[in-house]
Amino acid sequence: MTPQPRTSALAAASAVLQRDLVLALRRPSQLLQPLAFFVVVTLLFPLGYTPELAKLRSIAPGVLWVGALLASVLALDSLFRDDAADGTLEQFVLAGQPLAALLFAKTAAHWLLTGLPLALMAPVTGIALGVPIEAMPGILCALCIGTVTLSLIGAIGAGLTLGVRRGGVLSSLLTLPLSVPVLVFGARATELAITGGSPSGALYLLAALMVLGLTLAPLAAAAAVRIGLE
Amino acid sequence: MDWTWFHKFGSPPHVYRLAGVLTPWFAWPAVAAILAGLYGGLVLAPPDYQQGDGFRIIYVHAPSAWLSVMIYATMAAAAFVGLVWRMKVAHAVAASCAGIGAWFTAVSLVTGMLWGKPMWGTYWVWDPRLTAQLILLLLFFGYMALRAGIDDLGRADRASAVLAVVGLVNVPIIRFSVDWWNSIHQAPSVMKLGRPTMPMDMLVPLLLMLLGFTLYFAAVLMVRLRAEVLRRERNASWLKEAVL
Amino acid sequence: MNTLSLSNWHVFRGERQVLRGVGFDLQGGRCLQVLGDNGSGKTTLLRSIAGLVPREAGELRWCGAVPADEGQFHADLGYLGHDPPLKADLDARENLAFALRVRRPVVAGEIDAALARVGAQAYADRPVRTLSAGQRRRIAFAALLCFRVPLWLLDEPTTNLDAAGIALLRELMDECLARGGLVVTATHQDLGLDPRRLDRLALAVLR
Repeated sequence: MTPQPRTSALAAASAVLQRDLVLALRRPSQLLQPLAFFVVVTLLFPLGYTPELAKLRSIAPGVLWVGALLASVLALDSLFRDDAADGTLEQFVLAGQPLAALLFAKTAAHWLLTGLPLALMAPVTGIALGVPIEAMPGILCALCIGTVTLSLIGAIGAGLTLGVRRGGVLSSLLTLPLSVPVLVFGARATELAITGGSPSGALYLLAALMVLGLTLAPLAAAAAVRIGLE
Repeated sequence: MDWTWFHKFGSPPHVYRLAGVLTPWFAWPAVAAILAGLYGGLVLAPPDYQQGDGFRIIYVHAPSAWLSVMIYATMAAAAFVGLVWRMKVAHAVAASCAGIGAWFTAVSLVTGMLWGKPMWGTYWVWDPRLTAQLILLLLFFGYMALRAGIDDLGRADRASAVLAVVGLVNVPIIRFSVDWWNSIHQAPSVMKLGRPTMPMDMLVPLLLMLLGFTLYFAAVLMVRLRAEVLRRERNASWLKEAVL
Repeated sequence: MNTLSLSNWHVFRGERQVLRGVGFDLQGGRCLQVLGDNGSGKTTLLRSIAGLVPREAGELRWCGAVPADEGQFHADLGYLGHDPPLKADLDARENLAFALRVRRPVVAGEIDAALARVGAQAYADRPVRTLSAGQRRRIAFAALLCFRVPLWLLDEPTTNLDAAGIALLRELMDECLARGGLVVTATHQDLGLDPRRLDRLALAVLR
């Protein structure tokens, strides 16, 4: 028997990406949950703090980013769990492809389905927090970049807690401290956008984190998943 | 290249013996350095012209803060060696480091707060160093929680090793982001360590304490490593010969 | 010719040694049936050959050489574990298409041919979640056929299969062996393979 022709890692990754998107669209209700969680959390602040828009505006960066962080961490917990349970994750390991590329595709699909909608939703919830319309492009930009990094960090946490019973809380405990820089730079960019300053400096730092995450996180996630599947 | 030394170094009986031999060589100099440092710091050194006697907590705070970061780096380096070269003893070293590191991080936090009370009038100020130490403590906790969450020892070793290495990449970034965050919000920062103006009679005891704490860490690591090796090798035959 | 040989194979699960010094040589066109009581390490042996479980020591040779590239070795093997690796929300055709596309480009018609070979055309368009366990296993066999790999690792492949399903499995294995392929399977079921093609490896439960 002759050696099998292998597809390129890129083609394999795009198959995984497509598969995850198809799967998610078959269960649309699960797609909305992180988004609804984000909206509810951010809208609890006017109720729990004050309805005064001026005061809300001053805490809006923190509220938006902590909300995005929590929604992203909650959603990422299940990133690999279903595939590990039905055995398809094992088949990815055995596909003869770089596992990091396949997991990166899964993370990308996850970001498209949760991180991106979250960023798109932020201007809407931002209005409820008294954020001026002029700030929206900056906030959107910051959340788009920042949620990529959050998804990448979350993928490591999800991989590490694969073999752990009730791993959800643990994976949050692992990933939240690692997400501090994203929170700091993202909230600062948002604050500058709201107060009328230029958020570009903070955005560059966020983008630098994203590049670092794109380079290293899939490798760490692949190592974590291999260990989790043993 | 001849790798036998590597395997001999990594064999549990050898490590168990070596750690036992090394313990007093670290412990006694540690005691000497710490006693000398304490005498120099608490008795000989003059009171600070601004902070009075309150500054003397630096002799515990600064070495603890230094050790907490150093231990995290040691832990991650050992974890990396264990991960890449599949050296079990390296995982045992990493596991032994975690508890000590978390402890020193906590000590640096508590002493920092005690220092803060007379300096800032409150126990907690969002000072960048204290904040970074707090996050470091969370990293140690996460590492220990992950270890505790996985039943299979080999998997716990390797999963926590990946986390430690990821954390090590993150520690400088976290430090930078927290400093950057602080420079914007301008919380008061009184802790100026290693000022070039620090007089010799203050600096020498501090260096002695740094040395003493580091040696103390090495001694405790050896003791804990022996315990960890015992726990892991409890069914091995060499152990019965070594102990009985 | 394809050959698979293991020597001095040691595997631990946690602190317990499961496999001690296991070894075998398997020639192309032969099937190795792994036997042993529960807990003797049959599943662990298959998973460690696939590289899913790390080994403490031991050497694996594929076609006479230690695989330099784990990916290339993986591309040559098809592993089927206890549960068929299928997504419940996709139908059989989609499952096969995605599983295959991760490995290599899909040739038109091959998926339908494989589904027809295992007798699954009738339910190829239904979501896998609506299928019985035996039907799922047949679809997993179809995936294995599509992979067209020379080495099969089958862990308890007869689980949930009826008599016709077991007969099908025997035919598929016979065809694989006739092509010069190798099968390593952990099962106590007598599959009715030609005894001249069959090797046996008995594992004992280690204390």
